[in-house]
Amino acid sequence: MKSRGMDPVLSTVRLTVREAVHTLSSSEDGGCIFSTLGSLKRYLGETENPALPEEQEEFARIHFSTFLRCLVGKLSPDWLELLPDGQLEELWASFFLEGPADQAFLVLMEAIEGAASPSFRLMKMARLLARFLSAGRMAAVMEGQCRQQTEPAFSLLQETLLSKVVGLPDHLGNRLQRENLAGFFPQNYFPLLGEELLQALHVVVESLRGGLDCSVSFLSQVLGKACVHGRQKELLGVLVPRLTALTQGSCLWQRVCWRLVERVPDRAMEAVLTGLVEAASGPEVLSWLLGNLVMKSKKAQFVMTQKLLFLQYRYTTPVLRSLLGYLAMDSQRRPLLIQALKELLETWGSSSAIRRAPLAQQHYISKAILVCLAHLGEAELQDCRDELLASLMAGVQSHLDSSLPAVRRLGMIVAEVASAQIHPEGPPLRFQYEEDELTRELLALATPQPAADSPSEAGPPVAPVTAETTNEEMVSSGGPQAQPEGSDSELDSDDEFVPYDMSGDTELRSSKAPVYVRDCVEALTTSENWERWEATLRALEGLIFRSPAATQEVSVELAKVLLHLEEKTGVAGFEALRQRALVAVTVTDPVRVAEYLTTQFYALNYSLRQRMDILDVLTLAAQELSRPGRRQKPPQRGPPGPGPQPGSPATPAWQAVVEERIRSKTRRVSKGSAGQGPAADPNKFNSVAGYFFFPLIQLFDRPLVTFDLLGDDQLVLGRLVHTLGALMYLSVNTMVAVPMGKALLEFVWALRFHGDIYVRQGLLSAVSSVLLSVPAERLLADLPDELLEAQSWLADVAQKDPDEDCRTLAIKALLLLEKLRDKLLPPPPP
Amino acid sequence: MPLAPGTSHTSDFAGRSWSEAWTEGRDTPGDCIPPSMVAPPSPPPPPPDPQFVLRGARSAVHALHFCGGAQGQGHPLLLSGSLHGLVHIWSLQTRRVLATLDGHAGKCVTWLQTLPPGPQLLSQGRDLRVHVWDLAEGRNAIVDSVCLESVGFCRGSVLACGPQRWMLAMPGKGGDEVQILEMPSKTSVCSLKPEAEARPGMPMCLQLWQLVTVAIRIPVLIPVPVLIPVPNPVLIPNPTPEPVLADSSPLPLLLAGYEDGSVALWDVSARKVCSRVACHEEPVMGLDFDSQKARGVSGSAEKALAVWSLDEQRALQVHGTHQLTNPGVADVRIRPDHRLLATAGWDHRIRVFHWRTMKPLAVLAFHSAAVHCLAFATDGLLAAGSGDQRISVWSLYPRM
Repeated sequence: MKSRGMDPVLSTVRLTVREAVHTLSSSEDGGCIFSTLGSLKRYLGETENPALPEEQEEFARIHFSTFLRCLVGKLSPDWLELLPDGQLEELWASFFLEGPADQAFLVLMEAIEGAASPSFRLMKMARLLARFLSAGRMAAVMEGQCRQQTEPAFSLLQETLLSKVVGLPDHLGNRLQRENLAGFFPQNYFPLLGEELLQALHVVVESLRGGLDCSVSFLSQVLGKACVHGRQKELLGVLVPRLTALTQGSCLWQRVCWRLVERVPDRAMEAVLTGLVEAASGPEVLSWLLGNLVMKSKKAQFVMTQKLLFLQYRYTTPVLRSLLGYLAMDSQRRPLLIQALKELLETWGSSSAIRRAPLAQQHYISKAILVCLAHLGEAELQDCRDELLASLMAGVQSHLDSSLPAVRRLGMIVAEVASAQIHPEGPPLRFQYEEDELTRELLALATPQPAADSPSEAGPPVAPVTAETTNEEMVSSGGPQAQPEGSDSELDSDDEFVPYDMSGDTELRSSKAPVYVRDCVEALTTSENWERWEATLRALEGLIFRSPAATQEVSVELAKVLLHLEEKTGVAGFEALRQRALVAVTVTDPVRVAEYLTTQFYALNYSLRQRMDILDVLTLAAQELSRPGRRQKPPQRGPPGPGPQPGSPATPAWQAVVEERIRSKTRRVSKGSAGQGPAADPNKFNSVAGYFFFPLIQLFDRPLVTFDLLGDDQLVLGRLVHTLGALMYLSVNTMVAVPMGKALLEFVWALRFHGDIYVRQGLLSAVSSVLLSVPAERLLADLPDELLEAQSWLADVAQKDPDEDCRTLAIKALLLLEKLRDKLLPPPPP
Repeated sequence: MPLAPGTSHTSDFAGRSWSEAWTEGRDTPGDCIPPSMVAPPSPPPPPPDPQFVLRGARSAVHALHFCGGAQGQGHPLLLSGSLHGLVHIWSLQTRRVLATLDGHAGKCVTWLQTLPPGPQLLSQGRDLRVHVWDLAEGRNAIVDSVCLESVGFCRGSVLACGPQRWMLAMPGKGGDEVQILEMPSKTSVCSLKPEAEARPGMPMCLQLWQLVTVAIRIPVLIPVPVLIPVPNPVLIPNPTPEPVLADSSPLPLLLAGYEDGSVALWDVSARKVCSRVACHEEPVMGLDFDSQKARGVSGSAEKALAVWSLDEQRALQVHGTHQLTNPGVADVRIRPDHRLLATAGWDHRIRVFHWRTMKPLAVLAFHSAAVHCLAFATDGLLAAGSGDQRISVWSLYPRM
């Protein structure tokens, strides 16, 4: 370039610069340096007699960065003190702050990188850079990139500039380490960058208004790169609200904005879009900012309709709403919404997804479906009705088959809403499920939102709501006191009749329950007298506990009757009564009844309900048997007795009064523990645990005609696994625990890759109960291989299982295993 | 309830709590408030115990009546009628049987009423007789009897018309009539027969009362007593109008509960139904009327009490119903001070309500068989007779 020095103007500039550089490098005289620098300042064009424009351009284009580098090279404490009051430093800095911003920025960054780590120069340069930033020069850097587009080697420079602009906090952080300035912290820098970006956009819009061509591509790249670096929150948190306000009223701004997002490189598109969707306060905003981006950019379409809906599920409901609302807002985008709904329903209904996807994702997809449905009109749904219905029906089926209640409920809610929308003329589908916050949220999604809520309205609602609640609080705090007083004085002025306790006023049952257990069998099987039948059922548990010997005579018969008992009249709490009676029978005569029940579990012709009842009863009975101190205190469950006996007035009341008096008048010399803990007692479950456990575990892999544990009846399998785990846990301190643990670990091993979450949860808790119940020495002596296998499996599950509960359970089991090892290993010698 | 041998007809203190035992020694136990009742009501106080229990009726008690010291002893008496036809007279001071009257041939005594003038007792039995007993000076002799023509369970009702005259309402013949007699002459005043198309069934309970201020309120009706001496043959088919009514200025009215669950208000002198309202699905078993508030209550075999009121045009209106836990109300009684209502339940329980607000106040579960009858004494004591052969006496919310 220097060989081109024919032009007199150019050679003048070159000579001046060369002289100045020479003076700078040789002179020690402050005044001389000052005047030299001052003469060069003319080329920056801001003095009273600026140089010719050509000269300025020449200086800026060719000599500026060289000169700056020279300035950087001179920087030292002695040099700056050649003139008093920091005049020289001020002049020195002004070249960086007033000259062409991009070159100044690059030289600054280069100098900072080149400076020795903790040094005077480094700190000076860093401070200068901070000044550079706070003076708003970054906007100038970006503006510059928007204008020049035809320069050669442009893309390389831009590339460098881009990485420096976005990577500034990293570079500075690396160089300055602990000395870093607050302005370079990412949480401060990126909001600033956002402001500067906006400033640059302002300039772009202004120059477009003035009819000049501009390119936003550098800005897009900055935006994209910053977002890829994970700074969406900081950058877009500043940018989006301002852009919202600007785009709301101006088509030009909208177009600039669309262009800005459009020019974002594909690899950064996802980061930018997710950030925008999260930062935008509603579908309208998204529409202003993005325009029909999804139609123009394949990548954007993929992100918006696939990635955000199917591959990620961390977004909140409002985000989902604005995303789908954006798709619904324009007629060109609406087909995408319908397509998305189809795909969502398909995914929702796929049984493999239900089995494998985490619950949170299923929940997310259900929400998306409901929002889609709220946006789509009947006519649009009509076109693809058959397709939608088909996947809906399949989905409902697979959801209801799930063994997790939460999944079933999702199925019910979506089915109700979707069928009402897709097939409005058909009879409405109704399921019974418990209402809670989740269901309410889902159902609220199904009702379309009022269309016009612009972001300006989105802010204020917070205030009225709080005002309302405070009002309510005031009312509620003031109300109750005022109201009863008023009503009291109105109604009960003359007499204050205090009602007595009327809790004993229950329904009178006329028929008498049998007094002997043997009669109960007959009453339950043959009685046509339903009152007697009910009274028998209610009295049964107490009778069994009162006369164990008599119960043992008919125990199996009674268990059979109870197992087959059907609710023929609407007896309140029938299931619980029957279960308690069955448990009582099992506890009274464990061996025979447990044998009977376990064989019946694998017998033909039982309903799943009955089989699960058997499991529940076995668990509860085992729990009862293993409860320490059982003999001393028979269980006081069961329905309360038939009211107070005639002639026995409410003794507890006066007893309480008397005891209270005695207590208040008695001085205790020492306060020992009032009652000893439960007395030590052999585990009654010890002798019978095998009867409960082994028959259950033996036959699980033999399918019957009506009952296939490893096939469709995985719900029962899950219950069985849980029951086995519970039995294992309850047989702690028993002789049989070791063979039980061995059998159970083998069982777990066989089923470890089961697809159903509920089953897996059961398996994991079963492993934990083995670890808890089998003595540590025996575990290591008898089951080392099984333990090792289990450990690797647990580690695998803890990392990879899609279900969160499963992972937690696996981690718990691993912790137990760890503890076990600690217990066995002798502590290392100190 | 432990009973010492040989004391079968003594009373004993059912309330064995210390609070009851403490109040027991006083002369006027009815005025005592158990401490638990005065205490702040944060948990509701436990249900009260009876003040005392009278045993010895030896069969189910079907009729009760308090008689305020008629024999000049200054202590009130309680009369009870039993299933086996005996009438027991209990002293509330000694809580022993003073006398036993046997006049109903072993048939159930369903109604007892002392007559306002003099110590005379009316007893109605299922032997189809109403006896008039003279109890003065320790006598207990039947001085008169009226034959009934209905075998139903309907109890009679009396209304004093003068110093020695009173009106008696009884179930009449034909199943659905009510007969009005003038006593002691036993003259039949009239027979109140419902209109043919009404078909209310048998009368189940009766209550005679008179509207004292009727002449002022309803001017149309003023001429009625005047008209009676010159009867309108259409209105009054009975050709023997007694001049008795002419000089008793108040107008006798009769409330009757019928088998079909309706309650009817009869104007006795005009012999027509003033108003009739269906209160229940099942037969009305008992009713009581508060003439001060012009409001009444009825109980039936079903699970609800009906509260109805009488407006100034003498029209009955159902005011509301009050649901009970168990079906079957044998008797309802309003305390003479119009503040409490007690009901006798087939579910063995006595329920007590605040009469004006119908707020439930207590459920007294003492008896072991259906409670058949209730009676309030003028001082507020409540007696209940039950199928378990006991009579419980309660002092609830003593009058302040």
